Order: sequence, then structure tokens, then C-alpha cells
Amino acid sequence: MTRVAYFDPHPAPTVPRQSPLHHMAEIAPTGDVAVTLREHAFRDHLNLRGEPGVLASAVESVTGLALPLEPQQVVFGDGTSLQWLSPDEWLLIVPGGEGFRLQRELRKALGDAHFSIVDVSGGQTLLSLEGEEAISVLMKSTVYDVDPRHFPVGKGVTSVFAKANAIIRRVDDTRWELVVRRSFADYCLRWLLDAGEEFGIAFQRAEHEVDAREAAPAGEAEMTT
Amino acid sequence: MSELQQRRVAAGAGLGLEIDRDRPLAFTFNGKAYQGYAGDTLASALLANGVDVVNRSFKYSRPRGVVAAGAEEPNAIVQLGASEATQTPNVRATQQALYEGLTARSTNGWPDAQRDMMSLIGKVGGPFMPVGFYYKTFKAPASMWLTYEKMIRKAAGLGRAPSEGDPDIYDHVHRHCDVLVIGSGPTGLFAALTAAKSGARVILCDEQERFGGSARDSDETLDGVPAPHWVAQIVERLAAMDNVTLLVRTTANGYFDHNFVTLHERRTEHLGDSAAMTGGRRQARSRLHRVRARHVVLATGAHERPLVYAGNDVPGNLLAGAVSSWIRRQAVRPGERLVLSTTNDTAYRAALDWQAAGGEVVAIADARANPEGAMVERARAAGMRIIAGSAVIEATTDRKGHRVNGARVAAVDIAGHRIDGSIETLVCDTVASSGGYSPVVHLAAHTGVRPVWRDDILGFVPGQTVAPVKGFHPVGAAAGVYSLGMAFDAIAEHLPAALAADGIALAPSAPPQLETLAQGEAVGLYHVPHDKPTMRAPKQFVDLQNDVTAAAIELATIEGFESIEHVKRYTAMGFGTDQGKLGNINGMAIAARCLGQTIPETGTTVFRPNYTPVNFGAIVGRHCGELFDPERYTAMHQWHVEQGAAFEDVGQWKRPWYYPRQKASGERETMHEAVARECRAVREQVGVLDASTLGKIDIQGPDAREFLGRIYTNGWEKLAVGKARYGLMCKDDGMVMDDGVTTCLADNHFLMTTTTGGAAAILEWLEIWHQTEWPELEVYFTSVTDHWATMTLTGPEARNLLSELTDIDLDREAFKFMEWREGTVAGVPARIYRISFTGELSFEINVQANYAMPVWEALFAHGDQYGLTPYGTETMHVLRAEKGFIIVGQDTDGSMTPEDLGMQWCVGYNKPYPWIGKRALTRSDTRREDRKQLVGLKPLDAEVVLEEGAQIVLDPKQAIPMRMVGHVTSSYYSPTLDHGFALAVVKGGHKRLGERVYLPMADGVTHVAEVVSSIFFDPKGQRQNL
Amino acid sequence: MFYIYCPYCAEYREEEEFHPKGQAHIARPLDPMATSDDAWGDYLFFRDNPRGVHHELWVHAVGCRKFFNVTRDTRTYAILETYRIGEQPSVTADSVSTGSAASTATLTGVQA
Repeated sequence: MTRVAYFDPHPAPTVPRQSPLHHMAEIAPTGDVAVTLREHAFRDHLNLRGEPGVLASAVESVTGLALPLEPQQVVFGDGTSLQWLSPDEWLLIVPGGEGFRLQRELRKALGDAHFSIVDVSGGQTLLSLEGEEAISVLMKSTVYDVDPRHFPVGKGVTSVFAKANAIIRRVDDTRWELVVRRSFADYCLRWLLDAGEEFGIAFQRAEHEVDAREAAPAGEAEMTT
Repeated sequence: MSELQQRRVAAGAGLGLEIDRDRPLAFTFNGKAYQGYAGDTLASALLANGVDVVNRSFKYSRPRGVVAAGAEEPNAIVQLGASEATQTPNVRATQQALYEGLTARSTNGWPDAQRDMMSLIGKVGGPFMPVGFYYKTFKAPASMWLTYEKMIRKAAGLGRAPSEGDPDIYDHVHRHCDVLVIGSGPTGLFAALTAAKSGARVILCDEQERFGGSARDSDETLDGVPAPHWVAQIVERLAAMDNVTLLVRTTANGYFDHNFVTLHERRTEHLGDSAAMTGGRRQARSRLHRVRARHVVLATGAHERPLVYAGNDVPGNLLAGAVSSWIRRQAVRPGERLVLSTTNDTAYRAALDWQAAGGEVVAIADARANPEGAMVERARAAGMRIIAGSAVIEATTDRKGHRVNGARVAAVDIAGHRIDGSIETLVCDTVASSGGYSPVVHLAAHTGVRPVWRDDILGFVPGQTVAPVKGFHPVGAAAGVYSLGMAFDAIAEHLPAALAADGIALAPSAPPQLETLAQGEAVGLYHVPHDKPTMRAPKQFVDLQNDVTAAAIELATIEGFESIEHVKRYTAMGFGTDQGKLGNINGMAIAARCLGQTIPETGTTVFRPNYTPVNFGAIVGRHCGELFDPERYTAMHQWHVEQGAAFEDVGQWKRPWYYPRQKASGERETMHEAVARECRAVREQVGVLDASTLGKIDIQGPDAREFLGRIYTNGWEKLAVGKARYGLMCKDDGMVMDDGVTTCLADNHFLMTTTTGGAAAILEWLEIWHQTEWPELEVYFTSVTDHWATMTLTGPEARNLLSELTDIDLDREAFKFMEWREGTVAGVPARIYRISFTGELSFEINVQANYAMPVWEALFAHGDQYGLTPYGTETMHVLRAEKGFIIVGQDTDGSMTPEDLGMQWCVGYNKPYPWIGKRALTRSDTRREDRKQLVGLKPLDAEVVLEEGAQIVLDPKQAIPMRMVGHVTSSYYSPTLDHGFALAVVKGGHKRLGERVYLPMADGVTHVAEVVSSIFFDPKGQRQNL
Repeated sequence: MFYIYCPYCAEYREEEEFHPKGQAHIARPLDPMATSDDAWGDYLFFRDNPRGVHHELWVHAVGCRKFFNVTRDTRTYAILETYRIGEQPSVTADSVSTGSAASTATLTGVQA
């Protein structure tokens, strides 16, 4: 009996790809720049669901990241991150192209347990917001309290962002990340650029985005049995 | 220009502390040029220039001057703005800082406040315009009220909105803090410092141009320095702390649940007509801070109450405290000869300041029999005449009513509400009055807390509801504590304890050392008696902004209005932007006396947000223009834009509606032409639709199948891996709420699709049942709506085209209708679902959205020879309606069962579990045969396209109101049938096939249609099985 | 604008993140088909509307997506407690009416 069907959605590297913000031009304002916004496109995003006791050891052995058990906790690895979304839901972000292999290994490690792994890479994108006024921009955008006294490094929340939603997380003292849904990405970006205008805001595409598509042959599919 | 700033007094000790005489500023008022100084308000600058009449009153069009120095000002409400685009209505001149080039006009008065034509009506109509005049006069005929109202409003002049776009932007900032302190008088400053010293996050805001509140005009000494210096020291300390946010020119306008407070910060209103660019970047003109505080310290102080006496609205009648403010802050003495009428000691400061500024104090009428206190002694020592036990009963004026020219003073018997003995007339140009102080309880009242009366302070203080508002702390005068020492002590003693309960540890803070003046007892006087009865005396105004007089309140009570809320509505007291700041207490006291009640028995009206007006820009913030609402885009959106698609809003999604082409004539196709072409392409060749917006939910778990069986009306136990099935969802009331195709990807793995609009709600629907009713089922739901881009390839040529691009065997036997396959399309890994919403051979191609465009473009690269045509939602609607496929929310409205829709084939009555909706479908009401049922309508006239929403009747000759038996839900022209057609719901419609129904339209035309099957095209469904 | 403690996220969140879902503790009859029309109608349509303590179902829609219960005083809008699905309230109309009056300590320092 096949239990779950999933496949490697990445075609060969010769096939072009488009991030949700592909149509937005980079912006380098004249004058001071107090906030820099970058899109880190094409990462693989996996949504993990299950009881912590079911997932913890498998997740740690496969990803090298300890499953965060505290609410609002996010752990960062080398190009990877794992965020608590709810008592039985986590977001794993890894370099583009690694998602399928990780899903396969996780499924193998988890065996017959009840859990869910869903590839959501095409449905959202990762932005970073960096600079001395990053917090000011966030304060204009979200109802959540982003004051450093309340929002330490390593915290991540899902909250209201302008009239959309976003995952907001703090990577270090001056660097924040946002995960926004694909269909809302254009709106969120335009909102951020507007909110940052008074401080000077730049928009860039992140350099050196890893294209790890070669790692997995195109079209490989898996039916877990 | 010899009279330039004729009322500005020369520099001297304690005079004009806040102005800079080296920075003159030019401004215009009602078209006339004036000059003031930096540090002036518009009001103080007008007074400095001797401008007595600044407005006309709302109802009687009487000349009015500035009365107060702050937010409570009822008269000096102006229209600001040097250009049409920067017009700002209803600005209080007392709250508007002067800037170079400021341009203002009176809100009321035509052609201007000095020469007002409307006052003719006021003078003639005045005596004939009693309370309720509008209600009584303009009530009939009712249909004329809209006309009357327009005229009345124009005459009243409520300010006007600009007719051009605002050049400025406004924004919002979300803030969170431990302690929000509202008001920066001495108690507010001390509370803020006490909290801030221990590291708590503190926000201190004040609505005025600078911090300090009452300390700005105070003679007192704090910590050994004069009060204004002490303020500067504390503010400097607070500004140096990174846990403190200081917001000046920032009004706390609304106090909502759980200590949520909106602060309106005017960031550039004091600098110019429009916010200047900074380094080429726009700055918000004003900003709304949305503050969530754990604790709110309400240090809003008190407003002085004017006395209610005859002629008290003529320019030259001022609040005593305002007189001191202008003299001390701006060196403006707004007259020559002053008569002061008071009930308390504090107001004596106005007389002392007046004399210090070189004016003549004619007399002080003190309502108390034996005035005593430090201030009284100072006045006596200064040689002022004090008339004890008396009050100004009337301010007299010249014929025009533009300025006070005398005061009639008499001994008053407060308890008996009459004058005692003879009346003395004093020559003066100014009457300052003080009837005591009203704690500013407005914000507290926003939380739903009714103020309570305190006899000892003759005022209302914030009360309690059934339980105290957590974290709410009124302090100082706002709480009725007029002794600064006691207010400081209370903060020092209680604030640390209150915050400790929330885990905020405060170090003890010693209250500032104080030198204050001994005060005598005040007396309560709310309505000064006149020698004539109230109804016949010259007007005694209670609410200057709304032109409510003491006589009006008396009349209201005589006419039977006994509740203070009814009196308020009948008289308009405390309405609008005024919110009863000056007049409410006097008005309630007058109503209480007339009704023979005490003030607490009479109670107060409710104060509502906003405390002072907030411009719409600040309320809207950046949620306007292009950022008004999110626009959701699919992965192919830019392509649609480049193709010139017209878009339709579906929820927040932008979906291609149709793709108009250029015709040979060079003109663009109409919508009708484009849709007809797109429909034909799908029926005859092949079309493609961007269907990415469909809701998609990934469902995994061993109980996924069981769960589907409970949530859908039909059966899922036998759906094999590789197959898809259409499902209907009902609520537990048996009414259809959503539909869609769900696919079995593997035994424990399904992909559910939902309507575009229902995606988020259906995910929540699945979760609520799983989390609250069936937590034992092992299943998880994850939204993948945005992850998959979906392209619907449909039409007779769909297979031929797709076969050029895919490695999947598309043979009709190898890949049957209602099955799915995995493979590649144009080299991109894809899942293809063979399902159809058009009735034609269809393949829904799903790929990871980042790879959508290469696939979409490959389809078009190969599509020419098959006539591939992109089509939009309108064509989709026509095609699906021809097939009788419903759109939930269009053909259903929350009152349609599956059987009403003729979809009993989709209901599994024999499923073992009592699925959602099953029980309700056996209720007597859902079994009725005369329920509205979905049918097709074919207009007899092929040209007619019935209006969606048109009502259906069986007999067009019956009298109006006709008996309506249903309505049209979907209606289109079908290029395939070359006929208009519609879906409709009709009572008992399933048994009416072949009958004629009638649709009488508003224009008198009655359409006739035949009830037919809802399936208009290919009833056997052969085309999708090609 | 409520400030709601989410028992799953273990912190206070703004009301904008939540959706109210009506009265809490409405159990679906276990055997609907054996339930009378009246009883089924009660389950579907009839809800309490108390003046005072009320138990409500909310969902942290923009957040952890978990449903939970809120006990709220409909007179003051004060939230008295929040608790997870499957748990019972510790604050009820009964417990409040028999409990001690809430503290009325203020900072005014002059209330008798």
C-alpha cells in the first residue's frame, strides 16, 4: 500500500525559474540607507506536522537541527532553519534542491508514525530585513511587539503584516527575516519599500543563491510504502 | 500697521516664556495679514492682534471669540490650508502652532465672521428658534428632510473637506509598552519618571505643543525650582533614557479594550501647510500610534468650567485659566479692563497676572461669602476690589455683539437660584470666569466606565464598572486630586505595587519637594441666576459649540425629557467634536436642578472617541492607493498583464477576466466579443485558464479518508489511489458551503481543492472539526494553494497539444476522466488531473509555482496549430453554466441543500458516519417540496440575457407587491447555443420544467422564460470523456 | 481591541490575529440521527447571551491555528482566562458570583 505520494518538483537546471518577486526591480536609493531588504528565493520550504515526541529525534538526526519545542522558537543552521509554528507544526527551510532528499530521509527515519511533511517551497519566499531602522519598518508593518526586549534573537512568530500575514523572525541583532506567501509577496514588498522610504531602503536579490538542483535528478518521484 | 500686535505686552518677568520675539511669523486669517511669534498658537496670535470675532456660532450665527487655551476650545474652530489640496477643517486655533505663512479662515460665517449674513437669520430667528426647532419645523413632509438638511448644514458651516487629493502621507506605528502616561503635567511627569527609572518601557504623550501641562502656568516650586524649570529637567532626564518614548503634540484620542490606546501625533502640522520632503523622501504629516500598554496612567488633568451667565458667549468672555496661559506663555493680555467672576481661589491668578501684565482689574466677583486663601490675600494686597457673595450675571455688549463692554454684577443666592439685592454695572472689555474644574475623564469613559460624582471636589471622576479595568490608573486632577502633594504621594505609594503585580519591579521614588499655596474652599455654581427668569433672560450659553442655552435645557425638561441622554440628544449638548468638554457638567447640573434631582441622580452622558478630531489620513495611514488592500498574484500574473487581460477581483486575487484582442479594424474587442471568441475556442479547439487561485489543501494521515467521509456529503471509502472525485460540503444545517475535487494521491494522502474564495475558511473548517470534535482522527492539513501553479487545458484539442509536451500516456484508456498522473510537462515535474469544469476534455496541469512560466510558455509555443486561446473567468463562467455546474456563493446563498441543487447524486445517505449536514437534511423544513430549487431558464427571446438577481413571478398580471417565487443566480449569453440562458432558483422548480415564468423589470419590461433543465449543453457529458 | 493570551503560543497576542467562533463547549450530539428536530435545532441555532461570564471558542487564525476557549465578561470585555480545547474553565459565572469582590485599589490615594 502506498501511503504518501511526493516527488522532486525541480526540473533540470536548464529550465528557468521565477521567484514570487521576479518582476520587482532592485532599488538602490540615493542618500543614507538604513534598511536593506533582500529576497532569498528558491530555498526549499518543508512544513512538518506531528507530535514533538514523534518528530524530534528523526528531525535532529536528518537535519542536524534540534526540533525547537518552545513556542516562538527558531533555530538556525548553516543555510538552514527550523521554526516552531504551533505545538505540532514546524517550518524547515533548507537550500534549494535539498528538500526532496530531506523529505525522503525524514520519511525513512519516521517510519510508520503519524506525521505529515509537505513541500511548500513554491508557495512562499524568504526575505531578510537588515539595518538600524529594520525595527522601525517592522513597527509600521506588524501588530506584533518587535522591541528587542520582547523579541530576542532566535524568536519567530506568525502575525499580521500590513493587511496580509507573515512569519517574522530575528536572526541576529540587526537582521530579521520574513516568510511571506507567494501571492502576497508583491504586496508585502511594496508595503515594506513604502514603510522604509523615510529611512532609506534598498531592495536586492540575495547573491549566491545555491542552485542545488543538480543534486537530485529531475522528476524523481517517491511513493512511500 | 500701528496696531501690530497691539495686545502683546512688553517683555517682563514671567511674561511670554514660550515665545521668541526674534522670530516673527506672518500669517493670514480670513484673508487679512497678521504677524505673530514663534511659540504662539493661532489663537494667541489672533488675540495678540486684537481679533475678537473668530467665528460665528453654529445655530444662531452669533459672533464668537476665543474662550480657552487648549483642546476644550469651543469657538475658535477654523479651516486651515493655503491651497485647496491642503484644506483641513475643524482645527482648534488653540491647538494649532503658528508657522510662517499659516492660512486660516473661520469655519462659520459668510462672507466672513465679521460681516455675517446668516446672523440676520440668527437675530430674527433667534427668539423663534427654541430647542428642537429643527425637529419641530422641518419634520414634514419627511421626504423633504434631506433637502432641509443640506441647507441647514451649509448655513451651519461644519468645515469642508478638500476637493483635491491630499499631497501628504500619514502612517501608523504599532507600539507596546509597560506604562503609557497620558498627560505631562507634574503628576504625569512624576509617574513616567517613577516607572522609567526601573527600566520599564514607558511612553509619555501630551496633546500640547510642549510638555508640562499645568506646570507651564504655575507659580509653584518643585524640588526647589520654578515649575516650568522642573518640567524641563524631568523631560531632559526622560529623553536620555532608551526605554522612554516621548511624544509631544500627541493626543490620546481613544481608549479601547485591554489598554489599547490610539495616539494621534501631529508631526509636521506645526511646521507648515504640508509636510516637507526630507532628503527627497516623504515624511508622514501625522502618525497614528496604536499602543498596547500593560498599564495606562491617566494624567489628563482638569478643564476649567466657565460660568453660565447672560451674554457669556460674546467675545471678551474668557476662561480665567486661559487668561493666565496667554499672559505667561505668549505675553498676550487679551483686553484692558477685566472683571473676574469666580467660585474658587485658583482663578485669582488670572487677575494677578492681568495686573502684572499692565491691565486694569476692575473687580473680582467671588461667589463665596467669605473668600480666603493665599491667592485672595495677594489680590487684596494688590488693591483689587473683591465683591464677595456675588457673580457676573450678565456680560453686556455693543449693538454688534462683537465685544464685551460691561458686566452686571449682583449678589447671588445659589441655593435659591436668584439674585439678592441690587445690580451693579461695571465698565470693562473682558469678563473672565471660573466655575471650578472638571477632571478630564473622557478617555476613562471610552472604556465603558461611567464617571461618578464627588461632592467634595464638585466634579465627576473616573468610576468603576462591575470590575476595575486592569492596569488603568487615573492620577492627579484627572482623578479629582487637586493637591499636587497628595497626587505625588499616591503615585509614589501605589504605582510600584500596581506594576509589581505584573512583574514590573519599580524602585521606590521620592515625590518632588513642593512649595504650594494654601487654597480656600470652592463653591458649586453652575448656572448664575439672572434678574429675569431663564426663559426670558438674554441667552446664557451652556455649550458654546452647539449653541445650547440654559433655557434650552430647562425647556427640554419641561417638555418631558428626563434622562440626561435624551436631554443631550434633544438639545445637542456635548455633541460632535466638542464631546462636552466645557459645558457638560453645567448642563447636567442645570438639568438636575430643573428635575429636582441631585447631579449623581441625573448622571452624565457618555463620552466617546475621538477625544478631539483626527484627520481621515491618520486613520487610514498607508492603507490607501496602491496599498489599500493586498492584491494576490499568481505565478503567471505578469504574462496576463502583458497580454492586456482585463482583471476581475476574486477575493483579494486578481484573476484574468477576459483577454480582449485587437480586431482587424484596430479596435479592441468588447468584453462580449472577447468572451464569445474564448468560448468558441474552448468548445471547438483548446483554451487555457490560470486556475492557480483554487484553494488546495494537502491532507495526510491514516484517517484522512475517514475524515473526508465525515466532512463531505458523498462517499470516499472506495476512491482508489490515482482517482479524483467531486465533493460537496455542507454545514451542519444541511446547507451547501463549498465544493471541489479531491484527489487520492496515496492511501493516506489526499489533495483537496476548494473554491478560490473559500480556501482559508475551508482550512479553518477542517481544523475546527479535527481539533474540537474528532481529535482522535490521525490526519494533518496543510495549505498548498500558493505552492502549486494550476493551468487548465481544455477543449477537443487539449490532448493533442499536451501530448507534445509530456511524458505521460494521455491515451483515453490509459488516463481516464477523473484520474491523475505524475510526470513532466515541458521538462518540469507535474501532476496532471483529468477533471473538467467546462464539460470539454480537460487536463489540469500542476507544477511548483517557481517553474510555472516555462510550462505556460511552452503551451503557447506549441499551441498555435491547435488554436490555443487563453481564457478568463467570464468564459469559465459561461462554459460551466452551460453545463449546469454551480458556483458556490453565486448559485447558492447558504440556504440551498444538495437536493435543492438537484445534486442528490452527490449525497451518501447510507454512509455509516453521520456526516456534517446529514441530520439536517431530514428535518421537515429541508424536505419541503416548495423549497427554492435550482433550474435552468431559457428566455423566449434568444437575444435576452436576464439580469442576475432578477425576481421571478408566476403571474405577471398580479398586483404589486407581486408574489416572488425565486430569482436568477447566473445569466449569460451562450455563443455555443446562440441564446441567452440562465440558472435560477425557483420554488418547487424541479417540478416546473416546461412551465413559463415571468421576470418583471424595473423599466416596465417583463421577460418571459421557460423553466428547463440546468444542463444546457452536452447533457450526457460525452465531450469530457473524449 | 482585545489582547488575548493564546494558551498554545503561551503569550498575549493582538485581537487581529484571532477569529471568534461563537459559544464554547457546544458538543455535537453523538447520535444525530437519534436526536429530535427540536434538540438538533437547539444544537445548531440556539446560543446563550449572558450578561457577565461567557465561554467562547476562538482560533489563533494568524498564528498557531489552534482553537481554544476564552472566558470573558460581556459587561466589561475583560478576559478572565483562556484554556485549551478539552479543558474545563476554572472561572465560571458561579465561581465569580461567590468569589470575593475584585480589588478597587487606585492611585488616587483619596478614595474613602
